[in-house]
Amino acid sequence: MNAHDEESLKQLLKQALPPVGTDAEPARDLWPAVLHRLDAEPAQPLQGALRRNWFDWALLAGLIVFAAAFPATIPVFLYYL
Amino acid sequence: MPERSSSVLDLFQQGDLDAFESLFRAHQRAVYGWILRIVRDPSAAEDLTVETFWRIHRAHAVFESGRQFEPWARRIATRAALDWLRARRPETELTDQVLAELPAARAADPGVVAEIRSKTAQAFGRLPPRLRIAAVLAVVEEQPYKDVAEALGISVTAVKLRVFRALRLLRKDLERQGITP
Repeated sequence: MNAHDEESLKQLLKQALPPVGTDAEPARDLWPAVLHRLDAEPAQPLQGALRRNWFDWALLAGLIVFAAAFPATIPVFLYYL
Repeated sequence: MPERSSSVLDLFQQGDLDAFESLFRAHQRAVYGWILRIVRDPSAAEDLTVETFWRIHRAHAVFESGRQFEPWARRIATRAALDWLRARRPETELTDQVLAELPAARAADPGVVAEIRSKTAQAFGRLPPRLRIAAVLAVVEEQPYKDVAEALGISVTAVKLRVFRALRLLRKDLERQGITP
């Protein structure tokens, strides 16, 4: 895809999805809904770093083991990040 | 938008509800507008604004009062919008009705054939959400790459790469439908 193709694609995209602009605002006051949400599901404050569940750590460990076993796949992973 | 006084941010960081409301009043429009640019559905944007401020309140203890509030809120809003996009089925996104409800929809170039416009929007809706967000913010809404990178928590180079990949995938999808941009 050359620069001209890229530019024409951007123009097509802008025409298909008109910009929202800067003057958008909610149709109603959202504060009551925020209060209702807080009452319904009290926000438990996070302490220190964001908590991560065991699955995140297991996934990370699996990726590290996989990358160590197959280092040639590292560029592929980086491409899809 | 001018940043609120540090005392309000300090009080918010300590969990003060009045300070939170003050920040909400000052930033809800900006947060709503940012989310609307991503999801392009006014009703969903309102719900996600509520969700975002709930998450903001949940995270008040980890907010560093020396930081600016709006970029931090924008990042949380982007994450909420991304979660929403991932939960939606692509074929239900970006319908003509949703496009018509957008405030600037009438500004579109009338020379563009409606069918191409519709197919382009649908093809864009089939892109992976993380590519879609980068492309819609950087290309359609013309937001600075730096702001997009900050909101997504990635580098400016990574944003440019995502935009390029989004455009390449979009082009391939359109070509499969017989449309040559």
